[in-house]
Amino acid sequence: MPEVLQAPLVVEFPFTRSLGPVQSAFLTGLRERVVLGVKTGDGRTLVPPVEYDPVTAEEIRDLVEVAPAGTVTTWAWNHEPRRGQPLGTPFAWVLVRLDGADTALLHALDAPGPDAVRTGMRVRVRWAEERTGAITDIACFEPYDGEPGQPGRHTGEFEDPLTGIVAPARLDYTYSPGRAQTAYIQALSEQRTVGERCPSCRKVYVPPRGACPTCGVATAEQVEVGPRGTVTTFCIVNIKARNLDIEVPYVYAHIALDGADLALHARIGGIPYDQVRMGLRVEPVWTEGSRYPDHYRPTGEPDADYETYKELL
Amino acid sequence: MTSEEAPAAREIAVVAFAQTDHRRSTEESSEVEMLMPVLHEVLAQTGLRAADIGFTCSGSSDYLAGRAFSFTLALDGVGAWPPISESHVEMDGAWALYEAWTKLLTGDADTALVYSYGKSSPGSVRDVLTRQLDPYYVAPLWPDSIALAALQAQALIDAGHTDEPALAAVGARSRADATANPHAQLKGQLPYGGYVVRPLRTGDCPPVGDGAAAVILAAGERARELCERPAWIRGIDHRIEAHALGVRDLTDSPSTRLAAKKAGAFERPVDTAELHAPFTAQEVILRRALRLGDDVRVNPSGGALAANPVMAAGLVRIGEAAARIHRGDSGRALAHATSGPCLQQNLVAVLEGDPR
Ligand SMILES: [Zn+2]
Repeated sequence: MPEVLQAPLVVEFPFTRSLGPVQSAFLTGLRERVVLGVKTGDGRTLVPPVEYDPVTAEEIRDLVEVAPAGTVTTWAWNHEPRRGQPLGTPFAWVLVRLDGADTALLHALDAPGPDAVRTGMRVRVRWAEERTGAITDIACFEPYDGEPGQPGRHTGEFEDPLTGIVAPARLDYTYSPGRAQTAYIQALSEQRTVGERCPSCRKVYVPPRGACPTCGVATAEQVEVGPRGTVTTFCIVNIKARNLDIEVPYVYAHIALDGADLALHARIGGIPYDQVRMGLRVEPVWTEGSRYPDHYRPTGEPDADYETYKELL
Repeated sequence: MTSEEAPAAREIAVVAFAQTDHRRSTEESSEVEMLMPVLHEVLAQTGLRAADIGFTCSGSSDYLAGRAFSFTLALDGVGAWPPISESHVEMDGAWALYEAWTKLLTGDADTALVYSYGKSSPGSVRDVLTRQLDPYYVAPLWPDSIALAALQAQALIDAGHTDEPALAAVGARSRADATANPHAQLKGQLPYGGYVVRPLRTGDCPPVGDGAAAVILAAGERARELCERPAWIRGIDHRIEAHALGVRDLTDSPSTRLAAKKAGAFERPVDTAELHAPFTAQEVILRRALRLGDDVRVNPSGGALAANPVMAAGLVRIGEAAARIHRGDSGRALAHATSGPCLQQNLVAVLEGDPR
């Protein structure tokens, strides 16, 4: 078996999220160096605040300010910080109950080492120099042996409240397509197209995924198909794709390669868009160094008879 | 009996269970290539063909695969044409089993195939799992799954419910038990290792790996036809706690206790418990929440500390508990599955064999 292919795959997305009234007040408050909690029906103060009481599910909006100092309720020493975490040097993860709050906030504590951290220790907020209205406006916590924090009297009304945040997310993967698709991609690099035949129903799948979706059994027998094929159906694309140097309109088609029992899709070129038709016989056009056909063009053969491809529509 | 009396609930049992050998990486296979042998094995145990199955339900996660709708490709493995009655949960397969159980209760189907799979090898599961956290207050800090479990472990130590040697013993016992499990990833005597995130050491954390599992459920007489000793589901329930970690008492698992109560776990003692505790401290919490005595055999399979295929490890717990009943090693077993950080969501099932 040939080496299985691998390639880096990065999934990255800036999630744009709306804020409700409570989250808006809390995150706007951080921008202004004010920490807000929310009062529940039974008089507890939740920090960070939520819009619904976690016990009764009642809507809650009664914002109160709490102190920027508090007590560690549990901690964990992180000697190898990872990408995106609040500090690049070893730090403690902490849950901190701020003075005036009944619940704890998760963040990082900047401390010289694990021996300097304990449950019950006093800490205070270290503000980020540039604040945008995000949980990271708290740069981290730091040890604090001063007076107990005095909450201010902020009501949560701000001149210029935030209405949303953008939360970037990135995950890195190494993608392997598995045995069947590796064989398919490797054959393409030799300008051949291979499918796999189902041992049960004898259908040839292109591209092969290692299983027959009709029978639910593994496919293994490789079958070379094409290179010629028949257009089974098509559409005319009128919108130009970004970063794609293809004049519109153009035709995108399902093509049943000779010997295949499943149509694959590709662009049709070498013929005016309004002359493409079902039954048109086509062949792949490879460009130098490409791993897949750039497009398919007419072979000049007579059109295929409908009966020969109607099962593949 | 009048027509106004509710009919007795159907009896539903786990009649077959199969799983992969769980491994650090299965890069040579796609998801469906990894899954298919397990599907074939579980069907072969009952003599059923895919086309005979009344309802199919799966569990997996796009975030592990890094691709949208990744579960649709796995459907190739069950022969989804002609159209089948099928559903999917973006969760551990234990929750897919719950959905299948309710489907059988309605009488719409007599048999169900439940499968789940996860490949952690393509990405970093510690990072991937941060994406299930509160996106406003927590996820931007990227606290990884081990860090959150470590906060929970420290809270448990501070409360005096355990200490580091006791946690080490949980890991050692699990990996020792796993030597009898041919599918386990970590087994035998292993070094306890250094801190990953203190107080958790390597030995307190689950292995990262790829794997899949499948279960067949059947109702009433159908179950007896398909299995010599069906594992009857006497009760099953799942509960969730507040998503904000700082609101919860991390040393307890009230959702597990409530799910267990609703599933009837406290009505009679169980002899076996398969607990989905990926971290050693979580086993301590679950034993207390479930009031398991020392006479209960906990995780004879080695548990999630020996193999933790994300999205399948919970279904594996139900399968392992059922398999012990099938073999006659257990009369009444509890199976537990968890999801989310620090045991946020918990499912409990109680399984019984016919008296013998
Ligand atoms: Zn087939």
